[in-house]
Amino acid sequence: MSKEILTLKDVSKKYQAKNGEIEALKNITFSVNEGDFVSLIGPSGCGKSTVLSIIAGLEEKSGGKIMLDGEEISTISNKIGYMLQKDSLLEWRTIYKNVILGLEVTKQRTKENEDYVIDLLKKYNLYEFKDKYPTQLSGGMRQRVALIRTLAIKPKILLLDEAFSALDYQTRIMVTNDIYNILKKEGKTVLMVTHDISEAISMGDKIVVLSNRPAVVKAIHNIEFPNIEKNPVNCRNCPEFSKYFDTLWRELDVHA
Amino acid sequence: MNNISNERKLYLKKEKKNKITVFITQISILIFFIVIWEVAANKGWIDSFIMSQPSKIWETIANLSSNNLLEHIGVTVFETLVGFLVGTFLGVIVAIILWWSKFLSKVMEPYLVVLNSLPKIALGPVIIIWVGAGMPAIIVVAISISLVVTILEILNGFMNTDKEKIKMIRTFNATKLQTLVKVIIPANISTFINSLKVNIGLSLVGVISGEFLVSKAGLGYLIVYGGQVFKLDLVMASVLILAIVAAIMYQSVVILEKVILKNHK
Repeated sequence: MSKEILTLKDVSKKYQAKNGEIEALKNITFSVNEGDFVSLIGPSGCGKSTVLSIIAGLEEKSGGKIMLDGEEISTISNKIGYMLQKDSLLEWRTIYKNVILGLEVTKQRTKENEDYVIDLLKKYNLYEFKDKYPTQLSGGMRQRVALIRTLAIKPKILLLDEAFSALDYQTRIMVTNDIYNILKKEGKTVLMVTHDISEAISMGDKIVVLSNRPAVVKAIHNIEFPNIEKNPVNCRNCPEFSKYFDTLWRELDVHA
Repeated sequence: MNNISNERKLYLKKEKKNKITVFITQISILIFFIVIWEVAANKGWIDSFIMSQPSKIWETIANLSSNNLLEHIGVTVFETLVGFLVGTFLGVIVAIILWWSKFLSKVMEPYLVVLNSLPKIALGPVIIIWVGAGMPAIIVVAISISLVVTILEILNGFMNTDKEKIKMIRTFNATKLQTLVKVIIPANISTFINSLKVNIGLSLVGVISGEFLVSKAGLGYLIVYGGQVFKLDLVMASVLILAIVAAIMYQSVVILEKVILKNHK
């Protein structure tokens, strides 16, 4: 059994507003094993992204404990890579300057790390675009650049916050496939928040389902496609896919 | 280049023709206006003593040295440039300070709003008393006109910088200074340029107003002086030169914009 890399224990979050207190998260407990791809889903507005923000140290939690690689964390850590909904590439920087942004900020711009970034660019067909600007790239390529920017700091775990939802449907399927393959090839541990059940099943090894606010962990499913080599495109044709989809749909209890 | 379709050729020709027509019309209006003015003055339809006339204005401009026009132009340009540079620089610095401290920005908000709507020229007499009559007072009037606008515009640009980009750099544990230098300032280059474009005009307004109030040289001084001694040729010539100076200054900012944007995608 692989080791637990991220553990959330009874994590809670309360927001203070003028007209009272809002309880967003209640006793959230789950863990992510090394090398796993975990999807976090829940009804819209339930606080999925808040969970990621808290893990990333961008927001403070009101209670509970978060352990990363055996240590308790409460602030922003370089062991965590965060990918947002938009690629947020800086238009005034070249692709290369964009991917090394994290290294610059964290003061890790060493020859070794720069070589690692160059390797990643070469491996994922972006090297020839390294001196181009983001506006010269397609949506899918931009997402790949954003991923390499996150991978450049060699995080222990990657948090994907609705990272593909800004893309149109076709690009999205291709990009999820692309990014999934990169992450698996690099052996990365991932926690992804999505509102898209299909995306959660097609990418996740495990799915954590949150309830309506105040969000609690409603269910945890292990996702297995025994007869295929899994990737986000081919698993959509398996009979298990619709079975998982039905179960999750019922659990999310979606009402129009 | 050779395989352009006939349709495309026609379209390009039409576009070019349109452009030329607009230009010719623009020039014609100007020539028509000048000719009518000149003829009206010559025929006595208008009083050239009060209205002046193009040929006399031209004479005044051609006779630069006798009127010390060059010196006056130099004074106005110098005052404008100093006011413009200091006003913009101070404005940007204050905007950065206010972006840095949310508390300070909240405290200053009502003051900035009031100062922004106050006609700064009303402060003229106070400035003259404080700074002394002369060039420093004129420059301070110019600064006071462009400063608040710069602060508000740049601060607004800073505050409206893409939140996702700020969040992205925060995920790398960026300091406030890193966020400012790597995201906020580069993301607001176009705000800076817009501010420069507005400020060059405002500084000129400030300088001319200042020269109206207190000066011994400059185009504003010439306009007031010309008006007082009924030398309308001088007034009109000064206004014309002022228009040209304003256009050249604005175009310089446009050229600067092109240079900056070339190095900043």
